[in-house]
Amino acid sequence: MSAAFFYALAGAGLFSIGLHALLAHRHLLRKILAINVMGSGVFLVLAAMATRNGIAIPDPVPHAMIITGIVVAVAATALALVLMLKLTAETGQAVLPGRKKEDNP
Amino acid sequence: METLIAGAIDVALALAVVGLAWGALASADLFKAIVLFVAFGLVMALVWVRLNAPDVALAEAAIGAGVTGALLLAAYAKLRAASPDANVARAGGMRGIGSISIRILILLLAAALGCAVWTLPSDYAGLGKEVAANIDRSGVSNPVTAVLLNFRGYDTLLEVMVLLLALMGTWSVGATAPQRETAPGPVLDSLSRLLAPLLILVAAYLLWVGAHAPGGAFQAGAVLAAAGVMLLLSGWRLPAALAALPLRLALAAGPATFLLLAVITVLLEGRLLQLPPLWAGRLILIIETTATISIGATLIALFLGAPPGKEDRQ
Repeated sequence: MSAAFFYALAGAGLFSIGLHALLAHRHLLRKILAINVMGSGVFLVLAAMATRNGIAIPDPVPHAMIITGIVVAVAATALALVLMLKLTAETGQAVLPGRKKEDNP
Repeated sequence: METLIAGAIDVALALAVVGLAWGALASADLFKAIVLFVAFGLVMALVWVRLNAPDVALAEAAIGAGVTGALLLAAYAKLRAASPDANVARAGGMRGIGSISIRILILLLAAALGCAVWTLPSDYAGLGKEVAANIDRSGVSNPVTAVLLNFRGYDTLLEVMVLLLALMGTWSVGATAPQRETAPGPVLDSLSRLLAPLLILVAAYLLWVGAHAPGGAFQAGAVLAAAGVMLLLSGWRLPAALAALPLRLALAAGPATFLLLAVITVLLEGRLLQLPPLWAGRLILIIETTATISIGATLIALFLGAPPGKEDRQ
């Protein structure tokens, strides 16, 4: 088993953990963390697959795409955090509205 | 023996990233979750090194762990100020049948993803050869920089636009809870005086070295942003004279230069961002320098949240 495939499996695992947290958690900050973990999983699969043929110099195109992805992720995270803070200022809670009161933890 | 040690390191790193991600997402304490997430980003940087992606490792350490961590912690502090019981929100949300069915679906999805990844053929050619064949015409010798700024320059053009858009969105949402003013301790105060010039120097080095070694505009911009965030944390404020037009010029310099070059290349060469090989090196340096300034300024502005000068007026 090559290390590349092992890391790619870890990437698929990260994506799944992140997706579960995104669906299961109510708190928006946790959802933002979850999306970031999902993104890291995708990047890990991309980078691992760039080295899977075992040659010393990996494919630079996925690496460039990952760097682009990391910057887009931080931009999206910053905007999401501001929206979360605005929602908290309006409703007093960092959860999406539209649920029953007793659901709130 | 060496392959055994390398294999052990790979296994340990992969288990560490999955474990840290799990810990960050399952932790009942939000603050702990954020700290674990930053640790996750740093271990990811080590994984990038193991995968022969030093450019990505630098970007992850500076942006993924550094700037994202600062943004998360700043948002957490504001969240605590806005609703003190925000942290009580427990890890679990959904209960009962919904939770179980989601878990089963996610497990199925994870198995399918793992299967899909595992069965990919390992005789994969990729675009490494094409990049290597054309690198002499790109103006730089670092293949990742060549792809980012020349071969797939349109990706990067869109990326700096996304950063600017995120800031415009942040500013238009309006100021949220004000940042709590705390006087910096003597350690932070003297450390930031020492580190700020050093960080600016490191940013300039990363920018310059990106042409032929790991580094580049995004890593340099993130280090610049780190210097700015540290200065902001130790009580520095942007002088009012710089807050209006000069700040906006710094934010727009990178995207504007990039866009101008895109228009010129379409008019002269007939293709978007097709850099003439003779000029490519210089053009890339110009784009990267302005982009570094804009990325640094944008990330600092994202950390501040509201436009400088407006955050006090609540």
